Amino acid sequence: MSEKFTKGMARNIYFGGSVFFIFVFLALSYDTVQRLPERDHRENITESVVLGKKVWEENNCIGCHTLLGEGAYFAPELGNVYTRFGNSKEAVKAFIKSRPKNGIPGRRSMPQFNLTDEELDGIADFLKWSSEINTANWPPNIQG
Amino acid sequence: MTTLVKYQSQLVAKPYFIAAIGLFIGQILFGLIMGLQYVWGDFLFPEIPFNVARMVHTNLLIVWLLFGFFGAAYYLVPEEAERELYSPKLAIALFWIFLVAGALTILGYLLVPYATLAEITGNNLLPTMGREFLEQPTITKIGIVIVALGFLFNIGMTVLGGRKTVVNIILLTGLVGLAVMFLFSFYNPENLVLDKMFWWWVVHLWVEGVWELILAAIMAYVLIKTTGIDREVIDKWLYIIVAAALITGILGTGHHYYFIGTPEYWQPIGGIFSAMEPIPFFMMTLFAFNMVNKRRRDHPNKATVLWAMGTGVLAFLGAGVWGFMHTLAPINYYTHGTQITAAHGHMAFYGAYVMIVLTIISYAMPIMRGREANCQKAQTVEMWSFWLMSVSMVFITLFLTGAGILQVWLQRMGEGQSFMDVQDQLQIFYWLRMLAGTVFMIGLAVYIWSFFITEDQTENS
Repeated sequence: MSEKFTKGMARNIYFGGSVFFIFVFLALSYDTVQRLPERDHRENITESVVLGKKVWEENNCIGCHTLLGEGAYFAPELGNVYTRFGNSKEAVKAFIKSRPKNGIPGRRSMPQFNLTDEELDGIADFLKWSSEINTANWPPNIQG
Repeated sequence: MTTLVKYQSQLVAKPYFIAAIGLFIGQILFGLIMGLQYVWGDFLFPEIPFNVARMVHTNLLIVWLLFGFFGAAYYLVPEEAERELYSPKLAIALFWIFLVAGALTILGYLLVPYATLAEITGNNLLPTMGREFLEQPTITKIGIVIVALGFLFNIGMTVLGGRKTVVNIILLTGLVGLAVMFLFSFYNPENLVLDKMFWWWVVHLWVEGVWELILAAIMAYVLIKTTGIDREVIDKWLYIIVAAALITGILGTGHHYYFIGTPEYWQPIGGIFSAMEPIPFFMMTLFAFNMVNKRRRDHPNKATVLWAMGTGVLAFLGAGVWGFMHTLAPINYYTHGTQITAAHGHMAFYGAYVMIVLTIISYAMPIMRGREANCQKAQTVEMWSFWLMSVSMVFITLFLTGAGILQVWLQRMGEGQSFMDVQDQLQIFYWLRMLAGTVFMIGLAVYIWSFFITEDQTENS
């Protein structure tokens, strides 16, 4: 690197640049948080949706599935599973309930989680609410 | 055992490095299990379902890299500061706390259902579990914070009480950032969109932010030691690389905010800034090659120099090129959450963070074991392991990329086919990936073997 470009100049770019972009990022994040209510429809987060998110987390669903494209890539996207299952909470619940305890020979299978009816309602409500988030039209089609 | 370290307290790095390598083996074993589950869906089901194997695979990666970073800091900070570590006893105590907490957490994943683990560790009181990479029970997370604080105190006191080199300052900044950003793992709002938004403050601002500072500082230290290049030159490079990393990486967070409910303005912002994220990695490559070319001495540890140059190249390819490939919103719209992401993740983590930890281990371990460099035979074996692991990782990435492209084509274009129908058609790629993964494991075994070759001591000074 050229002699005219001193260590002091490099240091100033580092400190100045980082601090500047940290503030820009914080300002944008603040703006995003302000705008979120109209995109996430938080008024629809019922107690059941909250329970559903907890069931989602405590069974580590993200360890196989993606949700809004984030997670593991071993099992289908679930952000739009409610729509994919014909806008039916019952279909979502029936699928989860019917998983064989010992799996399916030679195939991937979701474990049997033995959820209670309340938990099943919760997860279905949570996935329905998730399907209504404004995700800029993602995923590209119903397959997720 | 004799040792060549300048400061006795540098030796606390040794158990950290040994633990890192031990956990690395575990990580790869579980990677192979997952690879098999991709081709034999019911492999080990229901004893070790895929989600458990994945949690073990990714958490072991994070923990062993942290062991590597901690070890690197304990090794290089005293030498840079020209004084003993503030408290070697604290460093050893924290080592055991971290190792036991880590081992208990992994055993918890394997021995009880995750929901039971959540229940017995009191996830109800402060729910933080069940989010990707942050699956650890809340008490483990609190333990991580305590270990990190103790570590920062120890390193901070050493840095502040000694010679303040640029390497030390950048490393310390990166480590403080690592600890601070981790605190967001305790924020888990009921609103999924908010949850995801701030989850990235841990995950993205770690790996595409502050971890790059740690990486660059370790790289600079190793290059100073192995090339004998003037510190002034190295420091300038170091500042510019970390400046480029943060200037692009902070707003680059936006490339995770395209489709999770956050506003659309993140698409151009995230796209532009993350498209520049390869720049610091490219500079790192230039840095390593330039310094080695202009070296003023020939360090006897050829293996270390190979690891350092390899880090530059594979970090640029994995994090830079493979990241760039799908970082623009119109492309990411189709690739988001497919095997393309898995491909990028593998080579980026290997090229950047795995390799820099193996670089510092390669440099420091022989010195801690009483020789400037290992004997020729040990180095040759180590270099074989470098090529086996690196080339197989390139192939893992290529096969996953092939799987990803086909997946996008079949599943995301037009009406698309269902996820599982598509997965069945990707089998050949998963088999090939499994093959490459097996070669990686062989490479790792060769790497371990290299530590036990001690003959031909004449090479040592």
